[in-house]
Amino acid sequence: MSDEQLVGIVLVSHSAQVAASVAELAKGLAGGGPAVPVAPAGGTEGGGLGTSSELIAAAAASVDRGAGVAVLTDLGSAVLTVKALLAEGDELPERTRLVDAPFVEGAVAAVVTASTGADLAAVEAAATEAYTYRKV
Amino acid sequence: MLDADFFRRWMTATAASVDREAERLTALDSPIGDADHGSNLQRGFTAVVAALEKEAPATPGAVLTLAGRQLISTVGGASGPLYGTLLRRTGKALGDADEVSAEQLAEAFRAGVDAVMTLGGAAPGDKTMIDALVPAVDALGDSFTAARTAAEEGAVATTPLQARKGRASYVGERSIGHQDPGATSSALLIAGLAEAAGE
Repeated sequence: MSDEQLVGIVLVSHSAQVAASVAELAKGLAGGGPAVPVAPAGGTEGGGLGTSSELIAAAAASVDRGAGVAVLTDLGSAVLTVKALLAEGDELPERTRLVDAPFVEGAVAAVVTASTGADLAAVEAAATEAYTYRKV
Repeated sequence: MLDADFFRRWMTATAASVDREAERLTALDSPIGDADHGSNLQRGFTAVVAALEKEAPATPGAVLTLAGRQLISTVGGASGPLYGTLLRRTGKALGDADEVSAEQLAEAFRAGVDAVMTLGGAAPGDKTMIDALVPAVDALGDSFTAARTAAEEGAVATTPLQARKGRASYVGERSIGHQDPGATSSALLIAGLAEAAGE
């Protein structure tokens, strides 16, 4: 399976460390399959806590292989900024979708599913389904 | 009629009052938020003024669209996409006319406020910027001064409310008794409009 067909994943957190660590975790748990394009977009450009539309747009462009881009976010301004960028229409790659999912579990589900060559809708469904995973 | 220069004055006046009130906005954001509202908006509106000077957009719609885009890309907090959407959607609704009437502005601004409600999911009474913006929109048909008064009263009226949206909603009942920082900065935006009109 060629890398061109894989859905890209962007992980947006208020914290650069959280975004990068969750990306590393999800890629690690995806194991030895094809390398899914995953990019963290964490914190502000200055390195503080917050959300940067520039980092999000750059991350989305970097993982776009033509099969769509799934964006997972933590909360607050991360969600609102992605929604505002999607409404703008020209700052994110075509077929970019904000996925409604828990951040860590959803990222793992999205990356593992994307590694099978699944399409954007399947990646989104897997990430959203992570909400139903009860721990107790 | 209101031309691009009027809209530039609106943004410049708002930037100046956000500058002046930044510490107060951040102080309001300390007990119920994450204590960054003043500094975030200050950074955003400083970028707005710089971009307007550099790009000199020629129409009212272009001024607001550029301002909104700047806020989304520079604020770094939730107020960025919210205010950015407000101004951008208002700007888009104004189209590419060289001049617009106060009525056209009122109508476009209502579209902007509606877009903010859709984006953030907040309704009147949730203790958010909507509590200043909706009364302002309703009064905008009368005069800019009436809108300013309505926004200021709306902001003050958030004090006894319990927050139901955003970071402040996590503190639950403890949000009661604090004026909402977003409603307060929204009142500054509407005051800037009256100031641009020389009222």
